[in-house]
Amino acid sequence: MTNHKTIKNIEQELIDDFSLFETWEEKYEYLIDLGKKLAPLDPAFKTEDYKIKGCQSSVWIHSHEKDGLVHFAGDSDAIIVRGLVGLMITVLNAQPAKEIVNAPLDFIDTIGLSSHLAQTRSNGLRAMIKQMKLDAGAWQVNAENKTVE
Amino acid sequence: METEGTYDVQAIRAQFPILSRKVKGKDLVYLDNAATAQKPVAVIDALVHYYSHYNANIHRGLHTLADEATAAYEASRVAVMHFVGASSPDEIIFTKGTTESINLVANAWGKSFLQEGDEIIITSLEHHANIVPWQMVAAEKKAILRVIPIDDNGILDMEAFKSMLGPKTKLVSVVHVSNALGIINPVEEIIRLAHEYNAVVLVDGAQSSVHLDIDVQTLGCDFYTFSGHKIYGPTGVGVLYGKRDLLESMPPYQGGGEMIKEVRFEHTTYNELPFKFEAGTPNIADVIALKAGIDFINTIGKAVIRKHEETLLKYATAKLKYIKGLRIIGDVKNKVSVISFVIDGVHPQDLAILLDNQGIAVRTGHHCTQPLMHRLGIVGTTRASFAAYNTIEEIDVLVEALNKSLKMLL
Repeated sequence: MTNHKTIKNIEQELIDDFSLFETWEEKYEYLIDLGKKLAPLDPAFKTEDYKIKGCQSSVWIHSHEKDGLVHFAGDSDAIIVRGLVGLMITVLNAQPAKEIVNAPLDFIDTIGLSSHLAQTRSNGLRAMIKQMKLDAGAWQVNAENKTVE
Repeated sequence: METEGTYDVQAIRAQFPILSRKVKGKDLVYLDNAATAQKPVAVIDALVHYYSHYNANIHRGLHTLADEATAAYEASRVAVMHFVGASSPDEIIFTKGTTESINLVANAWGKSFLQEGDEIIITSLEHHANIVPWQMVAAEKKAILRVIPIDDNGILDMEAFKSMLGPKTKLVSVVHVSNALGIINPVEEIIRLAHEYNAVVLVDGAQSSVHLDIDVQTLGCDFYTFSGHKIYGPTGVGVLYGKRDLLESMPPYQGGGEMIKEVRFEHTTYNELPFKFEAGTPNIADVIALKAGIDFINTIGKAVIRKHEETLLKYATAKLKYIKGLRIIGDVKNKVSVISFVIDGVHPQDLAILLDNQGIAVRTGHHCTQPLMHRLGIVGTTRASFAAYNTIEEIDVLVEALNKSLKMLL
């Protein structure tokens, strides 16, 4: 399951996909579809430990590291948020921890979803990205410690 | 389609600059009035006029600007006194909002008069602002917080309330109108029953003040609280009404300027009501502009606005019930113009996002009433709340947008 595409490559693919959408409806139908297709999160990880606490919906993010790459799985009880989880997994899954930590992720603005980064959407993209980067950072430290040993 | 023969909703809308803006390319449909009401131009002008013409600190300066600012500030207090039917402006304390008003009572009254084992009664419908301050003071004073249960429709169990009352009951703090569901609680009866046990009663009027005729003397409540921004006034200003004797008996909430009579390092004497509870430079501009909000309501007439809002509520309730899987929470007779609903298989947040893309502002989530949502077994609701400027056409837009959103989601 190696992923040769860089985060930038995937972001560009998404920018190309979204550029085909002419209306907000198409954009959100895509997200809803992404949400419906997202592989279900193992119930073992659908716990408080993996939950990002927010005001409106619940989001769970789980990560593991394999062969130097960080793998993500996630879920939400709201379908559009689930779509956003799916979007971020598409971009950040199976990438090196360092790349995830340093990714500026400015494609979000380009595809017109920056409103989901707003402070009021306390459980939106912002919290999700923060958690995924924190996870990646933890895997990075983990890997560095192993190297030192 | 006009809702009333005599009710000129377009003329009212024309007083609200924000209502002509577009959201995501569509006409704004603002149905989040229970969170905050929009501001008529008179309120906005009052703010601009104050800062442009007579900005000054009040009550102390001996110059023209200070005189004018003080007069306007105190005129607002008199307007509030009439608005809630108090007998004296001394009983009107300006605060930041309902939350601060309740915290003031919890701290100043609660810390002085509550003792170990005393009981505070609230309801299952409370906003967090009428739960947490009591939890805090109860923890400090080892008092007990008790909660009046509700049925599945959100109606208070008055028999349970009666059985809770006793010599230990020191305070009953109850929401007049539920912010989450719009239900009007029988506060008159609650006050009467609580007073039989000499308990003090606080009525949280954050939602009732804009819709219902308030006369604190007829109600007989000991405290009544509300926020300016929900009655077409500015944010950052609220009111605590308190019976004079109670306010006199309470120590100050905060120390500082304005609230003192004389300060020596050995001892300070406090100012008289209402200044005792208004430490520091108050929110002068917003207090002054609050009067413009009250004037707006009075000019049209609360009863006239209420009739319009009832028409909207009735129309919206009938229309929404046609939507498959939609269930109105708190669908009771005695309520204000708030509709809270859930739809089978749909998360409120998804609805909010899709409605926003159609220019519609509604509130979704737990509405700062997590215990209530927990009691009703739901994560949250979608809430549409109507004000003086909303129209039947806007409800049609909402219904159409809901149907479209559901088509996308399901």
